Amino acid sequence: MTLPPLPDAAVTLHAEAGDWRAAVREAGRALARSGATREGYADRMIEVLEEFGAYIVIAPGLALAHARPGPDVLRSGLAVVTLAEPVAFGHPHNDPVRVVVGLAVSNAEEHVASVAGLANVFNERTAIDRLAAAASIDDVRAVFDGAGAPSSPGGEEGAGS
Amino acid sequence: MRIVAVCGLGVGTSAILKANAERALARLGLSADVEASDLASVAAAAADAQVVLTSTELADQVRAALGRTWAEIIEVENYFDVDDIGRKLEASLG
Repeated sequence: MTLPPLPDAAVTLHAEAGDWRAAVREAGRALARSGATREGYADRMIEVLEEFGAYIVIAPGLALAHARPGPDVLRSGLAVVTLAEPVAFGHPHNDPVRVVVGLAVSNAEEHVASVAGLANVFNERTAIDRLAAAASIDDVRAVFDGAGAPSSPGGEEGAGS
Repeated sequence: MRIVAVCGLGVGTSAILKANAERALARLGLSADVEASDLASVAAAAADAQVVLTSTELADQVRAALGRTWAEIIEVENYFDVDDIGRKLEASLG
C-alpha cells in the first residue's frame, strides 16, 4: 500500500500547458527529472489516451497519467503537475483537468498494490482542490502525507491488502 | 461473488477502482472478490463475474470486448466517490 516516493524534482506547480498532450508531457518530464523514467515514457502515456480515450480523468479535475511497465521505467515513480490554466482532456464529466498525477511502475503486480494507496489520498474530498491550490512542494506533500497517517479521515479499514 | 474492475491497461485506474469498490462493499457489509483487469483480457476475467466496473469513457469498449455476458456493467464517473460506487453496487447486487 505504500506509494512511490514524491521527490521535489517530481513536482511541477502552475505549469503552462496549452492542451492535454502538453499537460501529460509535463508529467512525463517530472517523472524523468526525478529519475523514475526515461523521456520516452511521456509518449507512451500520450498513446494510452490516444488508444482508449480520456478515461484516465478519473475524478473532476484530476488525470492519472500512466502507461504499462516497460524498459523506459527505471523504477516506480510518482509525479504531480498542477496546471496554471485548466485543460480539457475530452472527458464528458470530469473536464477540465487542474491536476495531473503521473505514475510509472516497474511491474504490474506491485502497481495494483501501491496504486491503491492513491485511493487513500484522493478519497479525501478536498485533496484535488488542495493540490490545485498548492503554492509550494510542501503543500503538495502534505496532501500525500496526510493520507498515510493512521488516523486519516475516511481511512477506515483500508482496502485490500 | 466476483466483480471485475476494468481500465485500459489493467494497472493504475482499475487498481483505484478495485480499492474503492472493496471499500464500498465493506461499508455495505457485502463481501466479494474484486479483481483488476485490462480491456484486452476482460472477456476471460469477467467470464464468471456478476459485475464489471469501469469508467463511463470505456463502457462502450468494455461492452464490445465482452460481447454477450451475464455480468452487469456499472459505469463510474468519479473513482473517488465511494458513496456513489456503493449505491451502484447495492442496486446491482442487493
